[in-house]
Amino acid sequence: MKIRFALCLLLFSGGSAVAQAPDTALLIGGCQGCHGVSGQGGNGIPSIKANHSRDEFVALMRAFSANERPATIMGRISRGYTPEQIALLAAHYARPQ
Amino acid sequence: MALSRRAFLAAAALPAALAAPRIAHAQAGAGRVVIIGGGFGGASAARFARDNFPALDITLIERSRSFTTCPYGNLVLAGRRDMNSITFGYEKLAARGVRVVHQSVVAVDAGAKQVRLADGAQVPYDRLIMSPGIDLRWGAIEGYDEAASERMPHGWVPSLQPISLLRRQLEAMPDGGRFVMVIPDNPFRCPPGPYERISMVADYLKRAKPRSKLIALDAKNGFSKQPLFQDAWAELYPGIIEWRGASSDGRVTRVNAAAMEVETEFGEKLKGDVINVIPPQMAAKIARDAGLANQSGWCPIKPATLESTQVEGIHVLGDATIAAPMPKSGFVASSHAKHAVACIAASLAGRAPPSATFFNTCYSHVGPDYGISIVGVFRPGANGFAEVEGSGGVSPRNAALTAERRREHRQLEALYADGWYYSITGEMFG
Repeated sequence: MKIRFALCLLLFSGGSAVAQAPDTALLIGGCQGCHGVSGQGGNGIPSIKANHSRDEFVALMRAFSANERPATIMGRISRGYTPEQIALLAAHYARPQ
Repeated sequence: MALSRRAFLAAAALPAALAAPRIAHAQAGAGRVVIIGGGFGGASAARFARDNFPALDITLIERSRSFTTCPYGNLVLAGRRDMNSITFGYEKLAARGVRVVHQSVVAVDAGAKQVRLADGAQVPYDRLIMSPGIDLRWGAIEGYDEAASERMPHGWVPSLQPISLLRRQLEAMPDGGRFVMVIPDNPFRCPPGPYERISMVADYLKRAKPRSKLIALDAKNGFSKQPLFQDAWAELYPGIIEWRGASSDGRVTRVNAAAMEVETEFGEKLKGDVINVIPPQMAAKIARDAGLANQSGWCPIKPATLESTQVEGIHVLGDATIAAPMPKSGFVASSHAKHAVACIAASLAGRAPPSATFFNTCYSHVGPDYGISIVGVFRPGANGFAEVEGSGGVSPRNAALTAERRREHRQLEALYADGWYYSITGEMFG
């Protein structure tokens, strides 16, 4: 957690080379509404924090968007993201590699 | 609070140049951000700023010491929740380093970049976020003013009237009584809200007063998640609910609170034992006074940054804005909040604003273990905002699901609705 926080600080204070960082914070912001601030889930909502490798996370989102995996709302949500955005989410939520 | 209230107000009373600690500005992207309104938009903005942009100095101005959410108010009405479980304080936000000021704002001076409070203090800012919420349009329905709302509660703006008033009336209603709901035309706060309310009132009537009826008089012909709601009403509450749209003379133009009677466009008069009037709405007074609203009564904003198109340097969030096709929902206000904060942080650091993607998930409880949802992902479009093509939409209808999958789907969405509420209120106030 500390490392990620420090990384965020570093990214947010940097120049154009890391201009994606606020985008990541904002994308995560969309997940937080249901999955909690750190993706921990709770009260019936699945945790998405460090449950998958990056590849697994991307594959899961693809399966949701293709309706290949049963879902309530994730199919409808996942189709709103670009592949680049999914990659950013995967990098954030996946297990450290 | 990091700073005592007295010290803060003393500092706030100084001219802007003196009040700002220069040392803070030495940090990249530092600046004073003032947030007016501590609802879904304002509280989310404060939390997101503290979590992600430590260089920002955050002041949240909210007149009330506690916040009762509109979401889940309908479950209080059904007797499935109590008021305490939907009411939150600002202590945790303060503990996270947000300067929380419980005062009314009397004026926003965008030229001088300061906000004047009811106690006379001036709060200077570098960037201002306003998440003011809505006001009811008293008198838009003839006879429906604040006094009439004591007999015919709205239960739509919890700061004016707790949902508990309507709950008490519902409890006092005789079995075999008539509950009348008056529903406004678009745009209004929480598009599926009146229909969740119909469902939750019917849930209570079915259990406690099964001979009673609910008549909903609607000023429009269609509504959010309509087929899903109507399927569920037929399935769960047969014979209890009658919904009438505008083309079936559903538009109420006049009420008589003394007679407990409403009158439709074409002159039909209906009495009710309990009458819930959800009147037409507009952006809250503070936003209109600050010049943020146009002739529609709502606040136009720039889609890329959510800045007001009317007044420079003010970001406007949530229900007060013109942001269709995004609904006026708590989830959208929270999504707006995060984007506005990120834009402000970028602007103070001399960077371009981040690209905008907005999210909405609105669950409705229709019955016990029966939830439905609408989801949307939005980006700035050629003209305002646009839903990302192929994404979003509502839960599948009964006919599209096997019996087993249907039960599971509705149960899961009711469970996830509770989970959403737990997560988003935890984010704002936990």
